[in-house]
Amino acid sequence: MAPTKTPLKTVTRSAKFRGLVGFLAFLAVWEILPVAGVLPARYFPPFHEVLAAMALNLASPIFWQSVLYTTEAWFLGLTIAFVAAALVGLILGSIPILWRYTESTIEFLRPIPSVALIPLAVLMFGIDVKSALLLIVYAAFWQILIQILYGVKDVDPVALDTARVYGLGRWSRIRYVSWPTALPYAITGFRLGASVALVLAVTAELVIGNPGIGHQVALAQSAMALPEMYSLVITAGIMGVLVNILARFIERKALGWHQSTRSGA
Amino acid sequence: MTMNDPRAGEARSRDPMLAIRQLRKVYDGSGRTVEAIRDVTFSLDEGELVCIVGPSGAGKTTLLRCIAGLLEPTSGEVMLAGKPIAGPSPGMAVVFQEYGRSLFPWMRVRQNVELPLKEKGKSPEERRRLVDESLEAVGLRDAREAYPWQLSGGMQQRVAIARAIAYEPKVLLMDEPFASVDAQTRAELEDLVRAIWVRLGVTIVFVTHDIDESVYLGERVVVLSASPTTVMQDVPIDLGSVRSQLETRADPRFGQLRGQIYALIKDAKHQV
Repeated sequence: MAPTKTPLKTVTRSAKFRGLVGFLAFLAVWEILPVAGVLPARYFPPFHEVLAAMALNLASPIFWQSVLYTTEAWFLGLTIAFVAAALVGLILGSIPILWRYTESTIEFLRPIPSVALIPLAVLMFGIDVKSALLLIVYAAFWQILIQILYGVKDVDPVALDTARVYGLGRWSRIRYVSWPTALPYAITGFRLGASVALVLAVTAELVIGNPGIGHQVALAQSAMALPEMYSLVITAGIMGVLVNILARFIERKALGWHQSTRSGA
Repeated sequence: MTMNDPRAGEARSRDPMLAIRQLRKVYDGSGRTVEAIRDVTFSLDEGELVCIVGPSGAGKTTLLRCIAGLLEPTSGEVMLAGKPIAGPSPGMAVVFQEYGRSLFPWMRVRQNVELPLKEKGKSPEERRRLVDESLEAVGLRDAREAYPWQLSGGMQQRVAIARAIAYEPKVLLMDEPFASVDAQTRAELEDLVRAIWVRLGVTIVFVTHDIDESVYLGERVVVLSASPTTVMQDVPIDLGSVRSQLETRADPRFGQLRGQIYALIKDAKHQV
């Protein structure tokens, strides 16, 4: 085992190293350009000022409260979207006639940009996290639903024959065959949905004004506190990266048996 | 009852374990009808091991799917222990050719074998016993906790066989189960099927395109024509009950039977 794994690790290690060098170079360019006058320093404060603002953030209760608000909205919205999409997807996928009746409607509703629902959300819920949830759920739901529908259609006919031969009823077939088959797709949908949900969470705070990181960005902007604004934008970016890491972690845990993750064979 | 000649199944003095009567299957798809099976009739008494052999494209898989209740015949009937079947029956288990797709990759070997028993409503102790016994019978006691994809092809097919026998079927249907394993594994698995048949006394229908395999395994070989399928001949295999890869295959009688069936299948091909 060990000799075959070592070269792989070296590759990833040197890849990581190069990635780090590239990122440091990016920060250096950011630092130099405003100082050298290539970029207007008014809109692009040098990196060290943004870094200082970030350090201040760490000590600010309002900052942490905002991170928490955004995370809550993201998590709640994503969870609702995932559960709803999984249920609808499994039902539609398992009953072809139902799918034929609903497909056109889904194809119509799906491309509607979630942000176009902001006026409706504000009408319904005002400046409240519920408005944000409406946008988040709407955006993430379709991403996940489409994946699960693909997944349920991918069920192997031999596996299904086997299930029928061995007396598995409709519910058992969903539970033991359709769902595990669709799971890799569902997780992909979860990962896509997780990113979209964060985008919508921040958008809602920016536009609607419910509390959270996005709202803090808007406040910093109106106060012309640009280093502060950038520090918050970067925070949102870091949250995005963490969301992706979390999604990949869940993927590995849930799909230990799957080709893309299996190691033993 | 016991005085009955086993081959007098059609005499109806006792219901055969499995009876296929005038089975016909026509596929009806988008303005084109294809008659896959024209008229197939044969039956098995309890504890018989019968091979079904036919030229490629003889509708063997269609026939097996009809017997298993996965496909509805256009006309005719399949009787299991005297009762007509409509849909998959708890009295039958199937071993598919595509073991890799028939075993669920998200379940461990033990779970794969156990799932049908759970559905049958067996108690946990009963399930444990059946899983252990059947894995023992196929020589895979130590692979309980492995995932199917961690095993070789031959071992995977053993798991599928274990799942089938744990289900305690009256009739075991095998659909070209060894068509995609290598020759050595294949010989081992053939002997495993014979051993299980002798030990459990289960009734087995073994579908294959391999003439040698059908003669080696079967007590009878039902030879099918090319599609639209009919039964060409029902050949009794008088090779005794103990078979061995070396001796049986070297037996002159084996060669005769093999030649006889080979000639039938060659005829079947020319009829198309």
